[in-house]
Amino acid sequence: MKVQLRDPNIIMKLSRLGSFHQSKLSFLRSFLDEFKDWEFKNDLFDLDENGFGTVIYSFKKKDRVYSLICYANNISDEERSDRVIATKWDAAFTLHDGIPSKSDIERLRNEVPRQEVGRLSYKELTLSRANKSVRVFNHVVDRLSKGQQPDLELLNKVGYLYRTTAVYGSGKFGLADRFRIKNREEINGPFRLEMMLVYLVRQFTFDQVNHIAKFKSPKTAVKLDNRICKNLGIGNSTGLGMAPFIVNHPTLLNNWIMSREVALKEIREIKKASPEEIKIFKESLRNSIKNITSWNTESEYQQKKINSLLDNIQKFLRFIEKKFNFETDYPFNRIYLWLEENKCEECIEYVVSMMLEPFDDIVKPLIRKMSSDEDQYFTIPTDRTVEDLRIIIEKRYSNILKINFEKKENYKNFWFISKNKEEPRYADRFEENGSDLEQPLAIARDIKKLHEILLKTKNSLTIDKFLIENADLRHVTRRAFIIEKFPYSEIQDNTIGEKVIPIDMLRLKLSFFGALKFDPRSDKWLRICMFQGAPLPKDLKNFDPHWVYNS
Amino acid sequence: MKSLSEIDTTSKRASKAVGFSWGEAEEIGKSIRLLELFGFQGIKNLNHYYNLKINQKFENLSLIKANNISKNNYYCPITLGINFLDQIRSLEKYKQIKFNKVAFPLLMLSFLSRSSEIIGKKINVRFDDAEFLLNLNVNIASNLLNNDCPINADNFEVNIIDNKDNFSEEDWKSLYKISEQTFVEETDSSKQGAAGAGLTDND
Repeated sequence: MKVQLRDPNIIMKLSRLGSFHQSKLSFLRSFLDEFKDWEFKNDLFDLDENGFGTVIYSFKKKDRVYSLICYANNISDEERSDRVIATKWDAAFTLHDGIPSKSDIERLRNEVPRQEVGRLSYKELTLSRANKSVRVFNHVVDRLSKGQQPDLELLNKVGYLYRTTAVYGSGKFGLADRFRIKNREEINGPFRLEMMLVYLVRQFTFDQVNHIAKFKSPKTAVKLDNRICKNLGIGNSTGLGMAPFIVNHPTLLNNWIMSREVALKEIREIKKASPEEIKIFKESLRNSIKNITSWNTESEYQQKKINSLLDNIQKFLRFIEKKFNFETDYPFNRIYLWLEENKCEECIEYVVSMMLEPFDDIVKPLIRKMSSDEDQYFTIPTDRTVEDLRIIIEKRYSNILKINFEKKENYKNFWFISKNKEEPRYADRFEENGSDLEQPLAIARDIKKLHEILLKTKNSLTIDKFLIENADLRHVTRRAFIIEKFPYSEIQDNTIGEKVIPIDMLRLKLSFFGALKFDPRSDKWLRICMFQGAPLPKDLKNFDPHWVYNS
Repeated sequence: MKSLSEIDTTSKRASKAVGFSWGEAEEIGKSIRLLELFGFQGIKNLNHYYNLKINQKFENLSLIKANNISKNNYYCPITLGINFLDQIRSLEKYKQIKFNKVAFPLLMLSFLSRSSEIIGKKINVRFDDAEFLLNLNVNIASNLLNNDCPINADNFEVNIIDNKDNFSEEDWKSLYKISEQTFVEETDSSKQGAAGAGLTDND
């Protein structure tokens, strides 16, 4: 039986993309798989009694070494802020390519804590900073110093000791360009070095908290229990900076979604599932319930989604345990069709993620296809005709063409870059200034405009001649030729409409990172947790591949 | 040192700011990135050009022909470059394309370099005493690498080079003969057992 790939017109809608969950394809999970046989070391631990100073961790295999340099700083409570306008953080980090020399460590000491206003070099790969969750951090220090383990209820509620507020890579602030390292086998997967940084930062948070507790009371202090460490991750506050990324990298977006869609299609085409596969699927699903019940958020929007998800998943569990016969042919296809018929988007995508769990042989080869050499698809095929372009648009953007951009509600917002932080922002064009400097992220509106002009243009005209008079539509002309080859490269929605929820775009990207427990703090930023439940570096050589659900 | 990603982004934003469309600005960002990657002064020339552009008029040529004459102003190298790139498949037939006046000619090179990749042919560019060989967008060879490129080029000449060997038949034969020293003489029995042996070739 052949199953069709899901329709991009449905899957690429923002509400659906904003319902995606982490899966076996997620970057933090594939990072752990790739680096499980690398040697982990703590190369330097130079902290004072208050936990301020320098720490270095490394991953090494043969001649290749990646070193995380951590600079822990003393800042006052008033200076601590997760907002992008902050200028000081509890700790700042960079992932260095190789073993840093003393002069590298000193050079970076002056630059890394300054983050966006510092300068990195081609020897550094990623850059980040993080703030303590002060309430949790101080509680843990206090308890450990008294020889007690911390209150698990408090820890579960927050889920981390530190949260990062930005992770930069790919040439930002002088960091190494991707092309310098793209042929390395071990990083043949998106954001692998960013994942490494966050993973090593997590270890730093445990080592720092133990160190401070020990100094506070050398005679009574105990170390944070490894099982508790394992259940702590790294928090992250994420704003709109992430949203334009998925619009600006269409072939990369396609490759992420395509991998997930191909995996789902191949799983639906399995005629008979083995008992082991069924067991993994059911167990993952059952165990995952606690990830939903421990999902804390004050966001009414997210709370509604969680409640609906929990209700839907419990009903689905009852269905597969009491009514569904896994002996039937094409069991996962039947499950999928049942979900489409009966359940909400959030639940469908949750179970789709779960379906990937038992099928390493399908998922692992797809992970290697999730990167993209974007320059390869940049040049517009200008020998094609206006008719070709019009047909592509009518086929690939059929829903977009139905949007009426004469209505104010459909072009209410605009994207711009803020002058003070050079960060993407989203604003109401009728209430705020700056829409004349709008970023080219209103793809739906511009595609519609392109289509209208194409309708009035001679079919046989070639694109080189068309662009002479229509240079303002060059960016969407390029995109249309990209989507011809990459069906999942475009969000099939209006990104400037009144009803847009920008965090849906963040959620899509974060789900591919492997984030858990999305906690929207507004419609423009959210908090998440990464690596919660993940194996500790010392356990990497042999860990449970389904740790997300079994921790 | 600035990363190529920073060079691309800043060039793109500056290009939008001086009046190019976003789609054109994307092309310019990539183009300056390429020039800097190949060791040419892309940022310096772009910055100089955009500062002059505020007060000085440059000619925009839309449809490129074999011989292009601007009576007054110098051609804008960016519009020219983008149009050359877009029209390369129809320009290929001319073999030689001339422009009498091009401002900041260096800025046009990366568009020609990408054009060379599209048609799969090397492109030779000459103006004043400068000469460039654009090799299928893999690299650019030049006699100008460490010198400033002229701000204006009079008689800018583009030659599309047909794909042909860069060496004589004699050189090739001589080298091939040396390479034969790695071959082993076959015995009769190995000839009889080789692929296709024992079958009729007329089946």
